Formats: sequence, C-alpha cells, structure tokens
Amino acid sequence: MLSGLREVGRAVLFLGQAISRMRLNKNQVGETLRQIYYAGARSLVIIVTCGFFVGLVLTLQTYDTLTRFGAADAASTVLALSLFRELGPVLTAILFAGRAGTSITAEIGLMRATEQLDALDLMAIDPMERIVQPRLIAGLIAVPALAVIFNMMALLGGVFFAVFVMGNDPVSFWGNMQNSVEFGRDFLHGVGKSIGFGFLAAWLAVYFGWSAKATGEGVALATTQTVIATAISVLILDFVLSAFML
Amino acid sequence: MKSSNQIELTAGIFLALAIAALVFLALQATDRGVVSSGGYQISATFTNIGGLKPKASVSMGGVTIGTVERIELDPQTFEARVYMTISDAYSDLPEDTSASILTAGILGDQYVGLEPGGSPVPLQDGDQVLLTNSAMVLEQMISKYLLGGDSQE
Amino acid sequence: MTQNARTDQPAIEFEDIKLILGGRTILDGLNLSIPSGQVTALMGPSGAGKTTLLRLITGQLKPDQGRVVVNGTVVNELSPKELNQYRKNVGVLLQNGALFTDLTVFDNIALPLREHTQLDESLIRRVVLLKLHTVGLRGAAQLYPRELSGGMNRRIAMARAMALDPGLMLYDEPFAGLDPISMGISLRLIRQVNEALGMTSIVVTHDVHEVSKLAHLACIIAHGHIIAAAPPAELAQSQEPLVRQFMQGLPDGPVAFHYPAPDLSDDLLNSGEQHA
Repeated sequence: MLSGLREVGRAVLFLGQAISRMRLNKNQVGETLRQIYYAGARSLVIIVTCGFFVGLVLTLQTYDTLTRFGAADAASTVLALSLFRELGPVLTAILFAGRAGTSITAEIGLMRATEQLDALDLMAIDPMERIVQPRLIAGLIAVPALAVIFNMMALLGGVFFAVFVMGNDPVSFWGNMQNSVEFGRDFLHGVGKSIGFGFLAAWLAVYFGWSAKATGEGVALATTQTVIATAISVLILDFVLSAFML
Repeated sequence: MKSSNQIELTAGIFLALAIAALVFLALQATDRGVVSSGGYQISATFTNIGGLKPKASVSMGGVTIGTVERIELDPQTFEARVYMTISDAYSDLPEDTSASILTAGILGDQYVGLEPGGSPVPLQDGDQVLLTNSAMVLEQMISKYLLGGDSQE
Repeated sequence: MTQNARTDQPAIEFEDIKLILGGRTILDGLNLSIPSGQVTALMGPSGAGKTTLLRLITGQLKPDQGRVVVNGTVVNELSPKELNQYRKNVGVLLQNGALFTDLTVFDNIALPLREHTQLDESLIRRVVLLKLHTVGLRGAAQLYPRELSGGMNRRIAMARAMALDPGLMLYDEPFAGLDPISMGISLRLIRQVNEALGMTSIVVTHDVHEVSKLAHLACIIAHGHIIAAAPPAELAQSQEPLVRQFMQGLPDGPVAFHYPAPDLSDDLLNSGEQHA
C-alpha cells in the first residue's frame, strides 16, 4: 500500500519535471510527428479490426435485447451512445496501452539499459526534452485520434450488421441515431475523455520506461506494469470524468 | 526501415484520417447534422405534451424534417406551445397541416408527427399549426377506456 | 613517447575526493592531477572506482567532499545550466558506444551538431562525413547501428563524441570485448586523435598490455585512492605488491582471490546447521 503510494508520488514528480522541462523548437516537431507515427499510425490495424467487431457484436446484442421490448429502433442509438461515451475512449486507451504503451516503455527502458539516456545527458541534450516530451505529446494526440477512428469503424460494423445481416433500412437506422445523439453532451464529452486517457496512457508508458531497472528483467516488468497501471487508472479516471460530466 | 520523410508523411495521413473521421462523426452522427443552418419556425399548441422535450424530432411520413426548438406554457390559455424549426427543403407544407405528439415504440422518444392537409397555401415562417392532437398519456387512456367516456378534447 | 606541448598546467585535478554511494565508501581521500594534452590511463581492479572517477569528471556524480577541477572549472559546483555548457567541451565514449538505435549512423553523429550549433545542413553533412572518415566508416553513413559490428559501433560512438571537437575525451573501457583487430584499430585511433587534435584523453581500462602502448601516464586505483601514478614502463618495474599483482596479473596477493569468508574448515563443519 505504502509502496504503491510512493510509486504514484514518483510518477507525479516525474511528470512535473517532464512538463517543466518542455521546450518547443523545430527539431521537436519532427520528432513528435515520428512518435505519432510509431504510437498512432502503427496502432491502426488493431484499432480498426477491434472497432469493427465491437460494433458488430454490440449491435447484435442490443438488437436481440431490444426486440424483446419492441424497441429495436433504438439499437442504433444505444450503439452510438455507448460507443461515443464509454467504449470508444476506454477500449482505445486500453488497446493503445497494449500496442503502443508497451513499446514506448520497452524502448525507453532499453535506452536506459544501453546507456543511451546517459549518452544524451553527456552530450548536454536533455533526455526529458528529447525522449520523454515527444512521446507524451504524441500519446496525447494519438489516443483521441485513434478513439475517433475506433468509433467510426464500430459504427460501420453496426451499420453492416443492421443493414446487411438484419435487413434494416440504413436511413432510419442512421436517422434514429442522429436524432438522439447530442453533439455536446455525448460526442464532445467522449472526445474530451479520450484526450484525458491519452495523456494518462502516454504518461504511464513513459514513466515506467524511465524508471525501469536497467536489465532485461526490469524492462519486462516495466512493460507489464504499464499495461496493468494504464488499464486500472483509465477505468478509475473514466468513472471520475463521467461523474463530473453527467 | 522507412526514411524519416515517409514516416512523417504517414503520421500526417494518419492525423488527416482522424480529423476526417472526427468531422464526419460530429456532423453526421449527432444532432448537429439534422437541421442545416437554414430553416423556418412554426408553432403549435397542445393541451398536453406528455414527455416531449426540446431537440425532439419533427417528422412527416416517418422522415425527420425538423426539430423541436423550445416549449413554453401560454400564460393566458394554459396550453403548451411548441416551437419547431423545419428544414428549408420542406418549405411548402400545406397551411392546414396537423400536428400530433407520438411515441416511437413503447420505450422510444416522443416526437411531433406532422400530417399534411390539402390546402394550396403553404405554411410561412412564424405560422401556427392549428390542428393538433395531444400526447397520449397512459393514465388518461386507461381512465377513458374504463369510463367509456369520449369527451377527451 | 612523444610529448605534447601543453604539459605545464594539469588539465584535471582531483583534490581530496571522498565519495559514498549507497552506504559504501567508493573513494576516500583521492588526490590526482592529470596532465593536459596527454593520454592518461586509469587502471585498477573491477569495482575500484575507475568509472566513478569518469562520472565525477562529467559531473554525473558529485563528491561528498573535495573538489574536481577541470581546466580551472570546479565541476562539482556548476549549476545544471553551466554543467550543460561545460559538457559540450567533453567527449565521452561509453562502454558499449550507446548509439541511438533508431537513428542512422549519420544522424547519430549529426545530433550533437544539430542540437548545439547553428550550422546549416550542408556544413553539418561535411563535418559528419569528415568525422566518419577519421574513424574509417564514411561508407556506413546511411546504415543503422544494429547493422554494424560491435567494434564499428564503438568507432562511430567515438566519432560522435568528437563531433563538437571537445578539449577532453573520456573513454570508458574502449577495449572490452573487442577482437584483436578491432582493438588495434581503437588503440591507434585514440592515439591519433590525441596527437592530431591535442586534446587530453583519459582511458579507463584494465588491459595492462594495451596501456603500455597507449598511455603517457598510468594510474592505478585501489582501496579508494590512487596507489601509483607513473609512466607505464616505470609501473612495470614497481616493487609495490599491489602494483605488481595488477601489472603482472597474479591471481592472489593484496587483492585476495577469496571473497571474505570464515575459515574453510569451520564453514564446512558447520554448514549442515547453518543452512538447514
């Protein structure tokens, strides 16, 4: 318990340092873009496939349940609301932790193990600025971007199931959803959440990599911790944000 | 291994894709997209609107053509007055169109259903729909059925 | 041995250094002055604190007592900002090169130039290619470090350390794990660079044989301080038992073969009860 609290304290101190040492220059923009490629674009496959199938199964389940109450029309609304408000941001953040978070942690851990961080320090280049900052910003941008793509794919999956499997009218399916999904209260809140989750996921990934023991074992442990810590804290933050936003 | 130019290009494409998805979802999958900025306003009074809320849809023949803008109680007649915005695409609804408050399924939302009349004169901005049917309230329906009465309105 | 010009003023001075790390006293009352413009070798048994001395010079560690003076600057009193300024004049070759694995050889060497100079890209290109040419790897500029051997990686790291033409070069175990050919190349390079650029070089190693070919001055660290500092040829003749043990590689002597333990016969007789 106490060591857990100490870990949280260290992570916060680390974040404070990273933010206080942030600096913007031309080199950083290129590096941040590179990290967006590694963290974001390379996670597209998992996000697109998972999104599509989540949409499929969600529509299947809600159809089955709602027809019992004669409210099958609401299926598209249920799909869109649960995606925008909860599933999109949360699942994307957890998938991101598994795909990109772990690789960020392992990369930074290995940099420590192979003295690359020391080498930067010795060349009078701040590793916080050069290594940590671009990855933090990239995570902050990549996760909301992935969440939007996830939602898009899930809706596509939903439409696919409703229209091609169940033979629904695509216009009424889409129209019902349009009418009941509020732009501000549902859509924007979801986007806001995923920005928060992106920040959290990137922060934890970078922190565990940074504080990893400089051995193979230490790096392996750190990647595991990244996934566990991100999954737990995303769900906690999700509850807190939902409570504030509703 | 890709060259750094390719990597930056892919990252750019990825971001553009995400922004496109964002814009599409924001405009097409939420209530933002129902009524394009243009539209004209009509109103209707009901003795009882049941659970109708602002932003509910206004439809004719099952097609959504507008939204409920606001609802207020007339201080003189104590009737509910519902203001609706109808898309400009449907600018020649007959003057004697009737409005009723309906429910989509048992659990669905309440919405305003418009029924076209036969008048050649179209409804103008600010006009009032005169023929209205109030919401069906379950309790009233039951009591009506039990008492066999037919003087509901 | 050729002597370089600026030998009057010492480049680095350790004054009565005491350093405690994790409750263990690593250095205690260490005094040493390293001459300017020469190659100095730091030798000693593993764990004696050779790498620690390098870390004191780079400012990564601060002594608990005493001063580290490099060319007139007291390193352990620098602010972080001044330290960064100071480090631009110090080139360090870390044990395994520590090249950035996600950058090409060219970008690795260009990195310090891009960070710290206002040179335009065409000039940076020229400097990088010249540095690579010095270490004989100009042809590998567009490759990634993992595509090259360990010895080549270390030469690239050397080129990177020299990128800003520092006045002081530190080499941490530059010969560890190299085959004889690579070792010969590294040896010649260190010598060449030192003579051509007139920089002060410090080499941490325990390779006694190589030191005699390379260094002007050899220092042996043990028990937290310098036990001998002399030209390698003199050290080889030394009668001091520890120096002799080290220079000749004797298995037992002042540095004991056995880790401190109770008497063997006692230990064997009691073993059953103690470990039960």
